[in-house]
Amino acid sequence: MIFNIPFIAVAALILIGLYAVIFKRNLIKIVIGITIIQSGVNLFLITLGYREGSIAPIYTSSPGGIMSLPVPQALTLTSIVIGVAVLALMLSLAVHIFRHYKTLNVKKIGGDEE
Amino acid sequence: MNISDFIDLLLQHSPALIVAVPLLGAFLTPLISRINDKARNIFVILTLGFTMFLVFLLASNVFSGNIYTYIFGAQDISLPVVRILFEVDAISIFMAIISIVLSLVAAIYSWSFMKENTGLDKFYTLILLMTAGMLGMELTGDMFNFFVFLEITSISSAALIAFWTNKAKSVEAGFKYIVISSIAAIFVLFSVALFYGQYNALNIAVIANAIQYNFLDKIALILLIAALAMKAGVVPMHMWLPDAYGRAPSAVTLVLIGATQASLYGVFRVCFTIYGNVINLNTISIGWVLVVLGIITMLVGVVMAIIQTDLKRLIAFAAVGEIGYMLLGIGAGLVSLISPEMAASGFEAMKGGIFHIMNDAFDIGLLFLVAGAIYYATKETSINKLGGLARNMKYTTIFFIIGLLAVSGIPPMNGFASKLLIYESTYQLNPILAIIAILSSIMLLAIFVKIFHSAFLGPSLKKYSNVKEVPKSMLISMGIISAIIIIFGIFPEFIINNIVEPAANALINHSEYISQVISLGGA
Repeated sequence: MIFNIPFIAVAALILIGLYAVIFKRNLIKIVIGITIIQSGVNLFLITLGYREGSIAPIYTSSPGGIMSLPVPQALTLTSIVIGVAVLALMLSLAVHIFRHYKTLNVKKIGGDEE
Repeated sequence: MNISDFIDLLLQHSPALIVAVPLLGAFLTPLISRINDKARNIFVILTLGFTMFLVFLLASNVFSGNIYTYIFGAQDISLPVVRILFEVDAISIFMAIISIVLSLVAAIYSWSFMKENTGLDKFYTLILLMTAGMLGMELTGDMFNFFVFLEITSISSAALIAFWTNKAKSVEAGFKYIVISSIAAIFVLFSVALFYGQYNALNIAVIANAIQYNFLDKIALILLIAALAMKAGVVPMHMWLPDAYGRAPSAVTLVLIGATQASLYGVFRVCFTIYGNVINLNTISIGWVLVVLGIITMLVGVVMAIIQTDLKRLIAFAAVGEIGYMLLGIGAGLVSLISPEMAASGFEAMKGGIFHIMNDAFDIGLLFLVAGAIYYATKETSINKLGGLARNMKYTTIFFIIGLLAVSGIPPMNGFASKLLIYESTYQLNPILAIIAILSSIMLLAIFVKIFHSAFLGPSLKKYSNVKEVPKSMLISMGIISAIIIIFGIFPEFIINNIVEPAANALINHSEYISQVISLGGA
């Protein structure tokens, strides 16, 4: 049971993130929601590669014993870098939206301002 | 080294170069634009032109029956998962041809269309990045790599949609797009993790070889289809598409069509290749899901197009409708191919669906370019305020007529060839499907005739009396697409036999795609 906790955390993070994206009215909260989903998926990848009692997969200075799988960690690193780029872009777009509408409330955005 | 050796070398490394050339070109563009604007535009067009040459070089090899694999990383097969494979079969290169033609035409079009904007070095950088991302999505044979290219495409296209940051609606459309596409990409990553956890592989062919269709695989299938269909603008998830297509600069919309179709390619790759081994055994339900989605997409797109008053939004809804035809064709193919007596008509449906991907890209693309030309000349997109433009813009009018006929499937144009294949084959599956498809085409014709009448015909309006024809680069790019449309319409058999049929075969015979990699020893 105790080793299922990471997977429960993954499901919880993804659901919380989806809730924020779907039901929150503030653009910044939507962005936060997406980041939370992303963390959930990253945690899932890391958990897949972990074995009980394993050490970091560095071959040159290994004291012996089992290592956790390096591939999911490489994938997660890539995914984190991409996530930062997406986050930066979303926030900069949110700044532009705020400049135009003077609000971040989804309900008040989208009127004919042009 | 003589020329033919050099060409062989290019061909040998072409899958890598097709992605690398636009990627490097993207980061050189800001440097080149320090010289002057003209040098930058020529550089971008040359970069895309060279990429197009490479795509055609690879295509001539692939269409003659080879599946081309290119290994990045360790060549030694005994090491697991330390390499990325590019695997190019006929459907990949078919989509790559569409993407690169659209990007090149968009680059030519932007020369005058975007002339008055600032920050054009970033604009062209993003266009090249997006092209690299789309081509990567289409050529890669690795699920995680697919995710990375998906994200490259989404980030650059969201930035391009919001390129006119002084317009509130553009920024809003860009935000909507990045939210949708980043969530879609995260779900793709989640299903990649599900595959990796079960089969210890990231390569599409290796996953497809090992897949068992257990509970986790079903979750992954649903997530992948939902995420990629969301990015492709299939109806229950289409709300971002009219905004994004309608608010982006027209040149960007053209490339965006390519990006949307790259996601659609992802749907087909997932259904036919990754789940190809198990879907035949198990159910016909995925085929029916695609058919029903196709029908709904078609109807909603066309019906919503009727009530629009903004020209670009209207064309965007028509584009949603057109996506329905592709899904209908491919879905009907997937349903019919399973039963032996229907296999012939199923193959026809597949050919129609795949051919329509290419035709839609050019038809809808041409209409968007014409809408952009109207905007460039009059600064107006509302249909109600336009009128009498045929008096001043005669070439644009001709191009609009070509686009109108092509999109509604009237005989001398290419839209007819693919739509006829879809009507015929879906009629054998269920007549109602064909009737709905024909009805949607008729409605598309009605809508575009209405626009043609209100924008181009009618008395000349005083405020448009000194409107001039658009500059040469825009006319050239519209001319290129019109020429393609007419050539495809006059010689459909040639295109179907030489390009579409290998692509349809590549989708159906997934075992070849799989065995190509397994014979290397697995990745």
